[in-house]
Amino acid sequence: MLLVIIGVAGIVGALLRYFTGLMVHGWWVGAFPLGTLLINFVGSFALGWLTAWVNRAGKVPAWVKPGIGTGLIGSFTTFSTFSVETVNLMQQQLWGDAALYVGLSLTGGLFLAWAGLYIGAIPRSSRMGEANP
Amino acid sequence: MIDSMLVAVGGFFGAISRYGFGLWASRRPSRLPLGTLTVNLLGSFLLGLIIGSHVGGVVPLLFGTGFMGAFTTFSTFKVECIQLGRRKDWGTLAAYLLVSYGVGLPLAFAGFWLGQSL
Repeated sequence: MLLVIIGVAGIVGALLRYFTGLMVHGWWVGAFPLGTLLINFVGSFALGWLTAWVNRAGKVPAWVKPGIGTGLIGSFTTFSTFSVETVNLMQQQLWGDAALYVGLSLTGGLFLAWAGLYIGAIPRSSRMGEANP
Repeated sequence: MIDSMLVAVGGFFGAISRYGFGLWASRRPSRLPLGTLTVNLLGSFLLGLIIGSHVGGVVPLLFGTGFMGAFTTFSTFKVECIQLGRRKDWGTLAAYLLVSYGVGLPLAFAGFWLGQSL
């Protein structure tokens, strides 16, 4: 059953990535792979937030983390497209774009995952009278 | 519509396959997140192969955008890095980053090159 949940969530994640990519291609004309970068940034923050929230909230159904985290957000973000896009930039000898893409993915992804984990761990005492640890 | 269906089917199996690699890795004692590392390296090579071979039809959307896109993951990779940092396991964190980028990019290039010469 969990496999089906992960698979269906994977469909949602892959389609969101596909349509986001198409949308960005609609207005972004540069060679720089802005679509994948934005997708990977948003996903890194979201997964960090979800991970911290599940740890903090306690009574979360067991399928939420593998379903939304592994299935949806995991499929939304992608490493293979990042790698191949970087190789493409290098083959077009766009060294500056390639270096910027790798540098931004590396540092920005780490920062956003950290920020998500940090913000997700902040208790909201106003909500349902949750105790402030 | 057909394009979306191809991406969806690929995404379904890509996500399940990644989960399977995660289960396989969880049975192996290692400080490196071997599941994510394996899918990201393997997926980079295979997507390079698909793009490099310029194969047409359903392959790019079904196996490329759908399967390989969902099979590999960036978010889990980054969250695992932060968790290694919080455990102050700096050596493993450095190795994880170095192997992911330092081996992933050459593998994508190797796949692309191999695909072109097919």
